[in-house]
Amino acid sequence: MDLAEKVKSISGEDVLSCYQCGLCSGSCPVRYAMDLSPTQVIRLVQIGEVEKIFESNTFWICSTCFTCQARCPRKINITKIMEALRQIRLRRDQDKIALSKIPKEELKIFPPIALVSNFRKTTS
Amino acid sequence: MIRLPYYPGCAVQTTARNYAISGIAVAEKLGVELVELPKWNCCGVFPSLATDDLMRHLAPIRNLIHVQEMNDSGVVQNENRVVTFCSMCFHTLKEASLFVKDEEKLGKINTFFEREKEFVGGVKQGYKGGIKALDFLEVLRDIIGYEKIAKEVKKPLKGLKVAPYYGCLVIRPREIGIDDPENPTILENILEALGAEIINNPNRTQCCGSYHTIDRKDIVAKLTYDNLIYPIRNGAEVVVTCCPLCTFNLDFRQKEARELHRDLKEIPVMYYTQLMAIAFELDKQFYGVDLELHHVDPRPLLKAKNLY
Ligand code: SF4
Ligand code: SF4
Repeated sequence: MDLAEKVKSISGEDVLSCYQCGLCSGSCPVRYAMDLSPTQVIRLVQIGEVEKIFESNTFWICSTCFTCQARCPRKINITKIMEALRQIRLRRDQDKIALSKIPKEELKIFPPIALVSNFRKTTS
Repeated sequence: MIRLPYYPGCAVQTTARNYAISGIAVAEKLGVELVELPKWNCCGVFPSLATDDLMRHLAPIRNLIHVQEMNDSGVVQNENRVVTFCSMCFHTLKEASLFVKDEEKLGKINTFFEREKEFVGGVKQGYKGGIKALDFLEVLRDIIGYEKIAKEVKKPLKGLKVAPYYGCLVIRPREIGIDDPENPTILENILEALGAEIINNPNRTQCCGSYHTIDRKDIVAKLTYDNLIYPIRNGAEVVVTCCPLCTFNLDFRQKEARELHRDLKEIPVMYYTQLMAIAFELDKQFYGVDLELHHVDPRPLLKAKNLY
């Protein structure tokens, strides 16, 4: 299965129905920190150039807020596409973060849900 | 008294104890007994959004099985609802309950539980379906009702300028959310019933930065600034939340947010249940403000308003 097919099968989303309106990117609260906008990511999946997405930080920066999902006029769940991209990376490579790198003083104050949810998104 | 199965989750037992302490007391005052699941485990916090990931649904489903067991043992009668305070727990439990509406997926998950009985710690039955996860906000709106809340108010929060903040997981995605994802009103309605003055917060449905608080504090600091500066400019004295992770980010990351923008004034962040306990004039221990869980101490404000 090529990568674009994999993104589609893990996310269950039909990227071809995206008409590149840009609403997802305009709504994304963390777009400012992303190399590629969500709209560009969808386009690259459409044309099968997923490797280019993997050179970007976009899917790691996504905070799973579902704002794009709630607003997309084509009802595409972009949040799931970001998850599929993370999953492909995590299943292929190493974890994105290491517990040992988190400062000890911070570990003491973090709510458990912050740690567990982060590991859900950054470790395989 | 209505008795409802209650799933606490780890947050309200640790950093968000003030949420559960106030919430359980408020529920009782309103005629709802929250009966803690005799056995429960971490919900997993974020559901996997991958269609092929069954493993990450085991934890929430196991909690739903515990609700079934509560019915079997007679702790509750014919009760298919389970209540949470934490938005993340609510979101995860509800997502899992919807995910396994697909019978093939449920079949696989139940086969796993059956085969790994020993390993998954005493799960004696499969999940039969039909358990509904409720956020406590829904209990207040749909089971108790705003009128009854208003009737319990002994000390109206007159003149207290509060800005509601919802975050993401209690309102999005649409299939899971409990209110309009773009224009929710449930917190406003509750705060209104308490007599508080509602301050417009244009960013009340914007993300708090969530789990990036672990590895990208800079992102959370920026969002914290954005999420607080508008309500502050509009005159808010306190921000009211419903999620322990939003609360942590809005409260504790004010420090980092102020390093980015020095004009950010300190503002306390409280759970709506704490303000309810205050307005109901419950015993002070149920306000949860003395537990040293707040980064910005809300007590000076409460004292100035004659509420503490
Ligand atoms: S909002 Fe939907 S249709 Fe518009 S660019 Fe984003 S994914 Fe495409
Ligand atoms: S879910 Fe991710 S991509 Fe979509 S708006 Fe939120 S942060 Fe941006």
